[in-house]
Amino acid sequence: MNYEVSIGLEVHVELLTKSKLFCGCSTRFGASPNSQTCPVCLGLPGVLPVINKKAVEYTLSTALALNCKASNFSRFARKNYYYPDLPKNYQISQYEEPLARQGYLEFELEGKLRKVEIERVHLEEDAGKLIHGEATENIEEKDMSFVDYNRTGIPLMEIVTFPVISSPEEAYQYLVNLKKIPKYLKVSDCNMEEGSLRCDANISLAPKGEKRGTKAELKNMNSFKEIREGLTSEIKRQSHLLDKGKRIIQETRLWDNKKKKTYPMRSKEWAHDYRYFPEPDLLPLEIEEKWIEELKAKLPELPQTRCQRFIREYSLPPYDAGVLTDSKELADYFEECLKSFPQPKQVSNWIMGEFLRLLKEENITVEEVKVSPTQLGKLLKYLKKGTISGKLAKVIFEEMFKTGRKAKEIIKLQGLKQITNEKSLRKVIDEVLEQTPQAVSDFKKGKGKALGYLVGEVMKKTKGKANPGLVNKLLKEKLSIL
Amino acid sequence: MKLHELSAHRLHKLIKNREVSVEEIVISLFQRIEKVEEKVKAFLFLYKKEALEEARKWDKRISQGEDIGPLSGIPIAIKDNICLDKKETTCASRILKEFYPPYAATAIERLKKAGVIFIGKTNMDEFAMGSSTENSAFQITRNPWNLETIPGGSSGGSAVAVASGEVPLALGSDTGGSIRQPAALCGVVGLKPTYGRVSRYGLVAFASSLDQIGPVTKTVRDSANLLQVISGKDEFDSTSLDYSVPDYSESLISELKGIRIGLPKEYFIPGIEEEVKKKILTATKVLQDLGARVEEVSLPHTEYAVATYYLVATAEASSNLARYDGVGYGYRTKEKTNLIDMYKKSRQQGFGDEVKRRIMLGTYVLSKGYYENYYGKAQRVRTLIKEDLDKVFQDFDAVITPTSPTVAFKVGEKIDDPLKMYLSDIFTISANLAGIPGISILCGFNKDNLPIGLQILGKAFDEETVLRIAYAYEQNTEWHKRRAEI
Ligand SMILES: [Zn+2]
Repeated sequence: MNYEVSIGLEVHVELLTKSKLFCGCSTRFGASPNSQTCPVCLGLPGVLPVINKKAVEYTLSTALALNCKASNFSRFARKNYYYPDLPKNYQISQYEEPLARQGYLEFELEGKLRKVEIERVHLEEDAGKLIHGEATENIEEKDMSFVDYNRTGIPLMEIVTFPVISSPEEAYQYLVNLKKIPKYLKVSDCNMEEGSLRCDANISLAPKGEKRGTKAELKNMNSFKEIREGLTSEIKRQSHLLDKGKRIIQETRLWDNKKKKTYPMRSKEWAHDYRYFPEPDLLPLEIEEKWIEELKAKLPELPQTRCQRFIREYSLPPYDAGVLTDSKELADYFEECLKSFPQPKQVSNWIMGEFLRLLKEENITVEEVKVSPTQLGKLLKYLKKGTISGKLAKVIFEEMFKTGRKAKEIIKLQGLKQITNEKSLRKVIDEVLEQTPQAVSDFKKGKGKALGYLVGEVMKKTKGKANPGLVNKLLKEKLSIL
Repeated sequence: MKLHELSAHRLHKLIKNREVSVEEIVISLFQRIEKVEEKVKAFLFLYKKEALEEARKWDKRISQGEDIGPLSGIPIAIKDNICLDKKETTCASRILKEFYPPYAATAIERLKKAGVIFIGKTNMDEFAMGSSTENSAFQITRNPWNLETIPGGSSGGSAVAVASGEVPLALGSDTGGSIRQPAALCGVVGLKPTYGRVSRYGLVAFASSLDQIGPVTKTVRDSANLLQVISGKDEFDSTSLDYSVPDYSESLISELKGIRIGLPKEYFIPGIEEEVKKKILTATKVLQDLGARVEEVSLPHTEYAVATYYLVATAEASSNLARYDGVGYGYRTKEKTNLIDMYKKSRQQGFGDEVKRRIMLGTYVLSKGYYENYYGKAQRVRTLIKEDLDKVFQDFDAVITPTSPTVAFKVGEKIDDPLKMYLSDIFTISANLAGIPGISILCGFNKDNLPIGLQILGKAFDEETVLRIAYAYEQNTEWHKRRAEI
């Protein structure tokens, strides 16, 4: 049978604040265990949290970018549960009064505009990390577990959708597009490998037209691809049960990426009553309308809008516009480049081709690229004027990319300037014709291929510096009078 | 008069006039401690060696002509739920035995700047939960006025240390009356400041929305001076408020012209001891004679205060005390076991009965399906109690009540009857729920020579009026001059 699928996603994004949410400890990733802790994030007796305003600002900005309504009154709440990575045995989170509610994210799916409604955006502290003894060398520590509190207290922004997503592919595209927003705002690097973006899902099936069925929660998916796979597998499992007239149990299931299927979490592990109540150690946040307006005004052009503008303003194919606006840095680079070389499609081709290829090869970010957009523009100008050939331009660009030197410098230094002087080219042509009588007679016999061969020979002799168009023209002239 | 009988203010004058050295004071106090501590057991920890070293440092500085403030070189005792850096801070609980905080409470930092000398940490009810100091995991503290009786609680150790002449000053903490009630039962001055007046940073939390640190002293002037030092906004406590701190010594005026005082009729309930009631009414006359206008007022929601308090306080406590789990610090069961059992056994063995009782009550109060009926409702009643007081404060500058319905009771008398014990705080709890300041001063003795306390409540951030009334009363009566004989 065919079922209607309802998927909701809960995305946790680690914010790029310099210090933790409630203390002054650094948030740097990868420091040695427990080196970035203090009495506050260790939950020692008698200490108190103090809110990091930057984290509130980052969350509000993201929420506004997601078209949410920012709350004028917001409050933190304690979520109580026991776990060794949680030193206070409660997490300071938000419950009834999140920072923002009721937004949406629009993106394109199979050529149509989709709108996924967002229920809430709130701020909370992250927990620590458990390291289990099996991983250690020391035999005495084999059956012990260790806690690293460096991550404890790092600000986490939680973005929760309504259960309105109707397919795994839509969930995937939502995540791809959502991820761009915090990155555009520079509030998170959304790196799933380092755990700065995590996602849980809930999913329910119901026969068409009927009300939503019982949902299952899905956890332990470590990439967007795994989320898509997990959801697909869960749809299969649930529809199989429903087909047989069985009921779905409300439960939390874990994705096993090796076996490519979900299995239920032991119910004891998650049967929590979190006993939420307002955090008495923090005053409620009263957020002034003025601040919200300021944050709104400071929002950059967002990926979806920018993509549409690129299509409209630069007549780019939607695919190009999508790739270019994938990150703010790349889009900025593109537009900066246009200032010195206003040929959108050509610039786009270069960025999508050579630029991205080298970026991947060198494994660096756009911000780390040594070639300024103006320099790329200049290179393209030389190409257009015919100072260099297309093939050479690529060689020069790679050199620029690796060394950061200017196009002009490389051309001059390596004598790469294209030979456009007819006199010197005629001289080379004469030499080539003299050395290849066979090709000349082939040409006379009407073998068109011979001309290509001759052009190639001239190019070889000039080490590729000759202007191929000009060589072609001069060769034809010469051959016709032979 | 002997040095240990003097107030901090008198000691300050003697030091300033070079009539006595700080070292002499500290030596004399430790002699007193050696004599009486065996009987009263007010202290959990004593720092004799360091105190003497500090004293000699002060004497040197004074001899070099350094200017001294009112608390320079003055000895003080600290309740054991306030963190003193690198000093064992147990909250009188097995679960925190051998816990040494690497930081000091903000109040302690401010005291250090003022130049006090730390004498030791005082006994208390475990995690400040109790009204008799019998809930300490380590020892029972006795009331110096009658060693058969309890000193009140939970800051019993601090009140006794001051009342027995072991120290002139002490810090306590007050969540539902834990400074004022023992002060009343021991015949000393105990002040609970407005919520947000003194930073809670470094005070081990019992109920975050109610806890305040405050002074326990022999005189009102000492209370004002000590409050002066510990008050003010602290960037490490978001709930400490940015109200300017006035010069409290200026409010020490010994007349009360123009002061309007309310006497709430709901506080003279059956169950209040006749002698307590009589003494309060006598005190009222004294205040009137000093120029105050005293009128009966009504605080209609008073009868719900105890119930409200035990829902709010236990709910917060159940969460605040969750961190004592044997993982990072504190007591961990010696039994080799799995994670869940480690949690259970460590807490089972580490906490005392009263603490467990409150954790269970608080956990229940916050549970799904009960939250609205208990915690939610309690918060609404809390608002009503606050509104009662706000209304009275529109027409009155202060409210006076007995501090405790009874004088000190016998050791063991109420320990097995928690509900009876909870009623000890019936008159003090409203101030915590409403966040307003309150002081308890001595206003007489019963026929068995046990002290009776008068409570004065004021508007939020108006400790000045509270101090003024207390001072005027004290200056015009002789009670505060009596000392317990042990
Ligand atoms: Zn920290």
